[in-house]
Amino acid sequence: MFSSDTAVWIVFPVILPLVAGLLCFLFKRGTFGIALAAAIGNFFVVSFLIYQMLVYGPMRCYIGGWHPPLGISLRSDGPALLMLLMTAATGLAITLYARGYFLFRISDPLRAQRHKRQQHYFWPLWMLLLTGLNGLFLSADIFNLYVTLELIAISAAPLAALSGKPASLRASYRYLLISLIGSLTYLLGVVFLYRSCGVLDLALLQNLAGNRLAITTALVLLTVGLMLKTALVPLHFWLPPAHANALAPVSVILSALVVKASFYLLFRFWFEIFAPIISLSSLNFMGTLGALAIFWGAIQAMRQQRLKLMVAYSTVSQLGYLFVAFPLSMFVDGGQAWSIVVFIALTHACAKSAMFMVAGNVYLHLGHDRIKSLKGVRSSQPITVFAYGIAGVSLMGLPPSGAFIAKWMLLSTSFASLQYWWAVVIAGGSLLAMIYVFRVMSNFFVIPEGESSKKNVSLSPLLEWPPLILALISLFLGLISPWVLKIVLYKDSGLFAQIFQGGLP
Amino acid sequence: MNSGQLLLVSILLSSFIPGIIIFCLPEEKHRLRTLLNFCGSIVKISLVLVMNAGIYYGHVFEIRLPLIPGVELLLSGDPLSALFTTLSSVLWLLTTVYAVGYLENSPNRSHFFGYFSLCVTVTIGIALAGNLVTFLLFYEMLTLATYPLVIHRGTDKSLRAGRNYLMYAFSGGAVFLVAVVWLQAIVGPMDFSASGFSPMYLTSHGSVLTFIFILLIIGVGVKAALVPLHGWLPQAMVAPAPVSALLHAVAVVKAGAFGIVRIVLDVYGAHNLLLMGVLPLLSAVAAFTIIYGSVLALQQDDLKRRLAYSTISQVSYIALGMSMVDQQLAVIGGLVHLVHQGLMKITLFFCAGNLAETLGIHRISEMRGVARRMPLTMAAFSIAALGMIGIPPTVGFVSKWYLGLGGLAGGNWWLLVVLVVSSLLNAWYFLPILIYAWFDKQQGAWPEELYVGRFETRLMLLVPPLVTAFIVMAAGLVANAQISPLAWVRFIVRGYTL
Repeated sequence: MFSSDTAVWIVFPVILPLVAGLLCFLFKRGTFGIALAAAIGNFFVVSFLIYQMLVYGPMRCYIGGWHPPLGISLRSDGPALLMLLMTAATGLAITLYARGYFLFRISDPLRAQRHKRQQHYFWPLWMLLLTGLNGLFLSADIFNLYVTLELIAISAAPLAALSGKPASLRASYRYLLISLIGSLTYLLGVVFLYRSCGVLDLALLQNLAGNRLAITTALVLLTVGLMLKTALVPLHFWLPPAHANALAPVSVILSALVVKASFYLLFRFWFEIFAPIISLSSLNFMGTLGALAIFWGAIQAMRQQRLKLMVAYSTVSQLGYLFVAFPLSMFVDGGQAWSIVVFIALTHACAKSAMFMVAGNVYLHLGHDRIKSLKGVRSSQPITVFAYGIAGVSLMGLPPSGAFIAKWMLLSTSFASLQYWWAVVIAGGSLLAMIYVFRVMSNFFVIPEGESSKKNVSLSPLLEWPPLILALISLFLGLISPWVLKIVLYKDSGLFAQIFQGGLP
Repeated sequence: MNSGQLLLVSILLSSFIPGIIIFCLPEEKHRLRTLLNFCGSIVKISLVLVMNAGIYYGHVFEIRLPLIPGVELLLSGDPLSALFTTLSSVLWLLTTVYAVGYLENSPNRSHFFGYFSLCVTVTIGIALAGNLVTFLLFYEMLTLATYPLVIHRGTDKSLRAGRNYLMYAFSGGAVFLVAVVWLQAIVGPMDFSASGFSPMYLTSHGSVLTFIFILLIIGVGVKAALVPLHGWLPQAMVAPAPVSALLHAVAVVKAGAFGIVRIVLDVYGAHNLLLMGVLPLLSAVAAFTIIYGSVLALQQDDLKRRLAYSTISQVSYIALGMSMVDQQLAVIGGLVHLVHQGLMKITLFFCAGNLAETLGIHRISEMRGVARRMPLTMAAFSIAALGMIGIPPTVGFVSKWYLGLGGLAGGNWWLLVVLVVSSLLNAWYFLPILIYAWFDKQQGAWPEELYVGRFETRLMLLVPPLVTAFIVMAAGLVANAQISPLAWVRFIVRGYTL
């Protein structure tokens, strides 16, 4: 099924950005070139890995030839590769957008120096973050995962602080603390697990996890740590200020990718490693928190006066759908449960990136992002507004977006399992999303009275096209769902059987 | 992809591609934009005619795109979809002519025509949808494509109307989505077919299926403006006249009515609905909407608002026909009204737009003696208004005649009462307008005379209502001919066992 020769490709998504990050630290010039090369390379490697998986099946690579329980291993399967693809595609768009963003800011002579400095820090940190994300999706043991979580935390927090304004410094300081608390809670869980099972490898843990107190405690600790990082209501308080006060490209990274990473891990724990000891009531508890998140986030999003805060609260709301999938996933097979969350995550990653990019463009264009004063933006920035509209439609889960497919599966599961209240939550959430999306949209459409003497800055294609393309991807994701499903379903159990043939205790 | 599938795709693309190009064109390229619009609509009409011929001779048009298990997009051409596509594409051409004339020298035209084309594409998509998922897809897109048109003027009033429209439309869409998924959870995935789902589900899930039927009707009833879901429609009158014309005659309201037809005939099927006994409820809602809409129309002085309430009332004839699905004649009456109401209502809106654009007339009280200033416009208006009342030989008479016959055949005497009362009300709110216009004297100057020229108004504004008024007469006169809407509706009904 796999051989070490072909499996070696799996390390490149980790190595490429890592090397690029180091190079960006070393060189003063050409950092964008290095980052772009890494982003493009990453995209191609991930595409190749998917192709490889479709041909050879899921893979594992033992670094240095050390097999578990001793060595470090990376593994690829359908969901992991799709998350990698999500990261690679949005990552490429983010890289291009960030370039346009910094060039635009640097062209302003008043603040050129400051923005040059920001850009100088941005590229290596972003590459490091990409390393952490890729590592997280590929890692196959819980300690390694801790390392990647830390890597993400220590690169994301400085990124959030880049803008240097007091508000963003405060927010990012809090973000750093929360991330560290989350990581430490997670680490504590890892310790409990290691004490009781003696292994760190996920596949081995899956077979050893039983209904013991130590393991239940470990699971609770892991879950709380990751919930904190995923910003599930009521642990979401840190997210809106951190996301809304960062520079536009950083907001995109944090909102589209970083929160997904910890969620991905949480879902793996709940539905693969610890699936046998999960009770229905705990799933319902998570689902209830998710429902609360959907409503609370949406209501807050409706009340915001600033576009970026609105988009940030919409993230809180949209993350709720991922958790509503918990109780419903009990009633479908593993492949379908994964496809639900993968569809939500992919759509949200693309749509939310587009939205934060749009918010950034509006800010660059008007010098503010007050929702009440967005008049006339439609006529001066048609592409940006169009991208906003399409991304909004995807967030609302209208067909044919990927979120629609996910909602369809959630709804049909809730009807098939006679849990009608989830249907109400899901349908109600879309309506609330409609309200906050179109509240902004209608302001874009207002034709300003009198002459529009606003400073008419034209934005470069680097700023306009990435959000549009991402928004279109999120909208048409539903149409390519057969392929997505096909990839998600690559999760054969034969993988684990083969490991045990290797003569482990 | 075989030629039939290519045809279906080209029918959609013939308005989609011009729309996309128009979005990208600079604002000042008027000629190119107009050319694109006309080419698109003429190509579309030709393609639709080819498809109609194919359908008549029994050819199957179908494209499937499976998404996830149980969900697939399906475009298919059946006689019913041919009816709606033909109506939409013909009226698109006329409305385009009208809109080019209407919007001369106004800002943001490239947005307007872009969304206009998208709107038509989506309407055609609704017509061609072969299952509920596809219908839902285009139904939601219709809201999105029409929203920018409703708020086109960008004023506070239009934004409020737009917000209201969205609230109604998306709430309806959400209810519809829930109902579709629920239905599919019970009866499994199904295409629109002449028989509906198997009656055996009724024994196990009878009451749930009745509830889902009500949800589905609520979902499409929002766009069809069934009372009490009609609140958005009179407000949406702030949109420019061509938009109102399109919204009322073809796109939005008609999409809702078409949805009711699909749900009744193709999803549930006559036999299931009769067993469920839910039809009297639909009849009651439709009858109430007919009377209530007319009563409200009576109280309006604003011409467009009166027409809007009249739409609420008239569209429910379709629902009324569907609610007597066991009577072939009533079904014919309801279905043919889908076309007839469109023709009449679009004429009325064109004329109302002409009055506003030429003389600044928005209120009925300002219309005294207007027929001497604009005889052709008012002639067209009168024909359509008489049609609405149901006076022969207009098409309105044909619809009401069949509905009445169907009601009698089924022993529903109350239906006849509803029809008579409604016709009296129609007469009550249309005849005074005609009397004002034709027999009264002009009092003072016109509110705002905007156009003085060789004809009574700009030629591009004058021709479309004359054409539609002509069709209103002609289709009524030759209702029995092979090419009339009635003949095609008979052909549709032959496919169902009623």
